[in-house]
Amino acid sequence: MNLPILSVLIFLPAIAAVVVPFLRSNASVRWFTLIALLIDFLIAVWLLIAFDTSTPDMQFRENLAWVPPLGIGYRLGIDGVSVWFIFLTALLGWICVLASWNSIKHRVKEFMASLLAIQSMMIGVFCALDVFLFYVLWEAMLIPMYLIIGIWGGENRIYAAFKFFLFTLAGSLLFLIGILVLYFEGGRTFDMLALMAREYSFKVQAWVFISFLIAFAVKIPMVPFHTWLPDAHVQAPTAGSIILAGVLLKMGAYGFIRFSLPMLPDASHYFAPMMIALSALAIVYGGLLALAQTDIKKLVAYSSVSHMGFITLGLFTLNVNGMSGAVIQMFNHGITTGALFLFVGLIYERTHSREIPRYGGMIKAVPLFGILFAAFLLSSMAVPGTNGFVGEILVLSGTFAVNGWAASAGVVGALIGAAYLLGIYRQVLLGPVKVPDDNKIWDLDNREILCAVPLLIFVFWMGFYPKTFLSILQPTLENLLLQLATTGAGG
Amino acid sequence: MDMTLIAGSALASVPEIIIIIGACAALMISLLPNARQENLLASLSVIIIALAAGMSYALPESPQREYAGMFVVDGFSTYFKMVLYLATALTILMSGKYLVKEGVVKGEYYVLLLFALVGTMIMVSGTDLLIIYVGIELQAIAIYVLVGFLKADARSNEAALKYVILGAFSSGILLYGISLFYGLSGSTNLAAISEALFAPNFDNPMLLMATLFMLVGLLFKVGVVPFHMWVPDIYEGAPSPITGFMSVAAKAAAFAVILRVFLNELFVLSPIWLLGVAVFAVATMALGSLAALVQTNIKRMLAYSSIAHAGFLLLGLIAGGADGVASVMQYLVVFTFMNLGMFAIIILLNKGVKFGEPIEAFAGLAKTHPILALMTMIFLLSLAGIPPTGGFFAKFYVLMALIETGHIWLAVIAVLLSAVAAWFYLRIIMLMYVHEPSGKPDIHITRSMQIVLAVTFLGTVLTGLFPAWLLEAARSAAVF
Repeated sequence: MNLPILSVLIFLPAIAAVVVPFLRSNASVRWFTLIALLIDFLIAVWLLIAFDTSTPDMQFRENLAWVPPLGIGYRLGIDGVSVWFIFLTALLGWICVLASWNSIKHRVKEFMASLLAIQSMMIGVFCALDVFLFYVLWEAMLIPMYLIIGIWGGENRIYAAFKFFLFTLAGSLLFLIGILVLYFEGGRTFDMLALMAREYSFKVQAWVFISFLIAFAVKIPMVPFHTWLPDAHVQAPTAGSIILAGVLLKMGAYGFIRFSLPMLPDASHYFAPMMIALSALAIVYGGLLALAQTDIKKLVAYSSVSHMGFITLGLFTLNVNGMSGAVIQMFNHGITTGALFLFVGLIYERTHSREIPRYGGMIKAVPLFGILFAAFLLSSMAVPGTNGFVGEILVLSGTFAVNGWAASAGVVGALIGAAYLLGIYRQVLLGPVKVPDDNKIWDLDNREILCAVPLLIFVFWMGFYPKTFLSILQPTLENLLLQLATTGAGG
Repeated sequence: MDMTLIAGSALASVPEIIIIIGACAALMISLLPNARQENLLASLSVIIIALAAGMSYALPESPQREYAGMFVVDGFSTYFKMVLYLATALTILMSGKYLVKEGVVKGEYYVLLLFALVGTMIMVSGTDLLIIYVGIELQAIAIYVLVGFLKADARSNEAALKYVILGAFSSGILLYGISLFYGLSGSTNLAAISEALFAPNFDNPMLLMATLFMLVGLLFKVGVVPFHMWVPDIYEGAPSPITGFMSVAAKAAAFAVILRVFLNELFVLSPIWLLGVAVFAVATMALGSLAALVQTNIKRMLAYSSIAHAGFLLLGLIAGGADGVASVMQYLVVFTFMNLGMFAIIILLNKGVKFGEPIEAFAGLAKTHPILALMTMIFLLSLAGIPPTGGFFAKFYVLMALIETGHIWLAVIAVLLSAVAAWFYLRIIMLMYVHEPSGKPDIHITRSMQIVLAVTFLGTVLTGLFPAWLLEAARSAAVF
């Protein structure tokens, strides 16, 4: 294993992004981007196959000096959690290209270059084992996303882009302070594994935890830091929404798994009740907000807040069920919500309206669209047999073990979820055919089917045979729990 | 006086001597009737600077105190001189076309720039308060004239007059501080003052006054709140290349003096000024960032942005120690690249005096000139401190030094204010990429401008991606 496979995975899209501006026609740009991201996806698949499930250690490690006097290195490596997010990112990458094939008509070069750049940075974040590298990529990612929302977004895109950028930036900068404090407490290195191996006093842990919490809470987003999300989602183009929901939101939760839990175990235990309460609040509050929406994209955006609440809830149960449920739910949310945004985008392309009451009977008018959309709605609702069910049941069983009230809130949230998702189902798909402004509507073409089918496969694969996923996660999560259990020594 | 001493002193100051002789030669040449004079003078000035840079590089790194201990050549001064050479050369390279456009092609322009350069060089090498003062005045007088160089423009004249009056005022304050130090210690030499202050039982309430006056005089020069009032007007009125020069070279030299005086020789004074400087730093960052939000003129906006950056640089002073000094030094190099890059873009977009420099000039730049827009975006992101640009690493290193010394709350305030500051940089990016252009701007990029853009762009990007080299250079030079 001499080939630096993770670097190839990261730099392939980055190099492609540099090449894109030199291509001539828009068609060649699209094909080039698609092929680059498909190759990247194949590498990610290979990574999953080659991944050794018998060890919780970091694999495919790379280590190069970057800024040696400050202990900054180019350190890469993946474990059972990050391997899934790399896979998810690579999968959604080429789907985004297909989803933007016709809907992005001007400045195609810039769009595809931004898409490739953000792809490279997102994979980099999941591979990084150096805190500095992680931070640089985490923040640099805002630039292409800012452009994607700001240039190709909806009417109110500039406002949304600013709000997204500034919220996340402010959160990230506090994260930076936390990192630096940890750096000086942890022996002046940015090596994550070395920082994890250290023990910190409770006071340091608590403050650093809070600084990390703000950054991650903005990114996830947790209530009350969620207000940028609906704006960003509604204004972003479809590909932007898919990336945002599918990958960017996961990064906050990933941050908890990578930083807060293993490095700050005492603080994690200390703050767990608060986190559980906030999560329960997010589940119910996000659900209620979603229930009140008539704009379908906004509804899905608020449902994200609620679903992300399940993820943080599961993580801070600090037991194996809750945590594996949370990670599975992260993956699920990427698949399902990504798909929902895709379908919202597809219907918007056809009719230029997102108002739920203006639609009806889609399942009759465009049956293939209707059926697939219904499947993803059901998955988002966590109907047994879909991926959502596995994740939510694990999270809830983990939560019942620690806090009955929070678990009840989770159940209520799931019920509210069923209410608004079935609401879409009933209004948009059933009843007499209704198309806004009598636009022409047509069923999915091959390209669109190609976008949806891979996602659908994962909905049912996870729903019926979650062991594939769990077996890769298990060693890593057990190791994480071990790190969490060796607590108290520092306190 | 011993001949070998004189020879040694002369040798140590060869770079300054080269520039002065070169400036005088340029003054003579500018009197010759020649149609292509301006290009000749510009190239000549750059060659002179390159020569001086070569000499500075060749001089030994180990500290040499010459001219009876008034002038020093050490790693610190050499590092700063390199920054000054770079800034001046870039300023000269971006001036040519601008002067033609504004109709003020005059040989004195380059001569004055070279004299300003010598002034700043003396500032960074001076170890005697009077020598430092002479350096400050030399660069200030040259810059007064340069600020008013656009004779036909009322804004330029107003700026020059304001700068003269306020500059003289601040110099007076500084000089008063120096005289108080002389009264307290019997010397203007930094080493001698330091010795006197270290003497046992030294306790004199005038020390507070002396420190305060000197500090205020120097902070005035870098535009720290509440001594910043002159900055926006003068930045707006001065010819754009000169604004660029002031914002990087004059500022770098003033920071070099501040670092040398307050963190090295007179470090013993730090309990007196530490709290005050912390308050100034926060006020400077806050006012700079907030006032920049509402500007409609790009040069005024960059003036406030540069005030905010000065506030951030003060944090390095507060951190102190080798890392604090090195972080300021690293920051100033990155700032030279990104700010001069931004001024180069402004000069390219310039449409003459009447038009002014509205930020709308950037509208739709991405459509008409995609490469230029991309560069502008990188400069702006770097000024905002977004990775992976040099501006991020520079801020990162300052924060690191600050946290190392336990000033965590200052760091928190600093990052929150820089999030505010990000807004006005992003606004220009939006203008470039989202808005429609109002007609195709007439942009002609000359060869020398291409060099400026390439150097500043590569500098901004490479100091972000591979910061180790610059960091090592700053660290090894931060030892006085």
